[in-house]
Amino acid sequence: MIAEPDGIAKVRIVKAPEMGFLERIYLVEVLKGLLVTSRHFFINLWRHMKKALGRETEPGAVTIQYPEDPAVVARRSRTHHRLLRREDGAPRCAACMLCETICPAKCIRIVAEESPDVMIEKRAKSFEIDLGRCVFCGFCVEACPVDAIRMDTGRVEMAAFWRTDMARDITQLLGERPRQ
Amino acid sequence: MTPAMIGISWSFVKIFAALNFGMGLAAFLSWVERKQSALLQDRIGANRADILGARALGLFHILADPIKLLFKEDFVPPQGQRLWHDLAPALSLGCSALCLAALPFGDAVVLGGKTWSLQPLPMGAGVVFVLAMLSVGVHGVVMAGWSSASAYSLLGGLRGAAQMISYEVAMLSILAGPLFLYGTLDLSEAVQAQARTFWSFFPAWGIFLQPAAFILFLIAGAAETKRAPFDIPEGEAEIVGYFVEYSGMKFAMFMTNDFIETIVLAGLSTALFLGGWHLPGLGRLGLSQPVFALAGVGVFAAKMIAVLWLLMQVRWTLPRLRYDQLLALGWKNLLPLSLANFAATAWIVWWSRAG
Repeated sequence: MIAEPDGIAKVRIVKAPEMGFLERIYLVEVLKGLLVTSRHFFINLWRHMKKALGRETEPGAVTIQYPEDPAVVARRSRTHHRLLRREDGAPRCAACMLCETICPAKCIRIVAEESPDVMIEKRAKSFEIDLGRCVFCGFCVEACPVDAIRMDTGRVEMAAFWRTDMARDITQLLGERPRQ
Repeated sequence: MTPAMIGISWSFVKIFAALNFGMGLAAFLSWVERKQSALLQDRIGANRADILGARALGLFHILADPIKLLFKEDFVPPQGQRLWHDLAPALSLGCSALCLAALPFGDAVVLGGKTWSLQPLPMGAGVVFVLAMLSVGVHGVVMAGWSSASAYSLLGGLRGAAQMISYEVAMLSILAGPLFLYGTLDLSEAVQAQARTFWSFFPAWGIFLQPAAFILFLIAGAAETKRAPFDIPEGEAEIVGYFVEYSGMKFAMFMTNDFIETIVLAGLSTALFLGGWHLPGLGRLGLSQPVFALAGVGVFAAKMIAVLWLLMQVRWTLPRLRYDQLLALGWKNLLPLSLANFAATAWIVWWSRAG
């Protein structure tokens, strides 16, 4: 329904297309479907055979064989966290607790301490992220007023055998590199 | 050895070979199904089972699956009936395996002054035997559904029974047309009847003489094998199926049964519609009789594999029919069409003989 300027609604009736005789007996449509799938089958078979013979060809499948081939992660996707440093090498984090506060999974734990630099006031004594609880919402990145935390490492492989191994401390987070 | 003993041992050899051919092909089909569906969906398919790093296109999954299933627990629901629960897959698989033995794999071989038939169970009523065995097989489905003491499996079993009955009737009346032309119920003789040519070059195969019956037969046969688009008794998304309470090797027997039924269907359509072991031009090669007959076995197998490919392709192309659509297709479309086909065949035969 599209509202017209004078207040009268305009109604457009859409009729479902009726099936013709050939569509109703279904056999022709079955053959069309078989043609589509057979085309895929033979083209992919041909490409696989060419590849097996060592020829140059388009891939016969869209599958990414993950453990052998690297995982393809989109440029913008939120991945493993990292902490950034100032130009002098000190962590940027000002221990304002905004990320810890906004974190819906409560996976960030910051212990603040006084900074020797009077212009900075506070800094993080410890900064822990429990990846076992993190939901990768990216709110911490959004909340950070000093751009101290980012999720742009491109790393998605962070499985561990023990829950305790899922925690990351400040040195580990500072050691992460952005994706190339 | 007396001639009788030679005959009996030759029968054993043939039945052994046919069963092994069928079982081997069924195992191979489990791989083909995965790979073919993968190819036509732009995927790679199962390729992870390896022996010492060699993957061989995923062929080792044929070994890996049964090994896994053999070591799984054979669970019978506490309310279920153990005897019937055990008997059901054996009945299903046994019936379809018997059908394998009735297929005419090749022409008789003349060797050492004797004729060796290549059909494991040569019998005058081969077509009727195969159809009867296929419909006895549905008892296994119903039995599995009932003895599992589960509403879902019972539904699956009942659906299977309804589907089998409706398509069994249509199947017989579809086959009436070609069998009327061949004038026999013997599968070997039916193949022999397709040896002639008409218009001096066209092979008188069932598919050319009875094209409508061939298409109807493929439809009814696909319904008979309970595979998509007719997998109503299984109906994975709605009710898991009559084998929902089955695990381990008993479940694998139901799967194998599906594949063997498909193989039997392919063999039946090869024998009745695709000219069996005949191939135009094969006789001109000047092969000696035993070699020629063995080449015929190869031709038969090749035609069977072509039909199997088509059935697999159909299975992975079409969505499942709704239950009422399935029954309507069987009773309201296939049955009248097949009867019309039979009537037309009879009339044309009468007309051509009279005129």
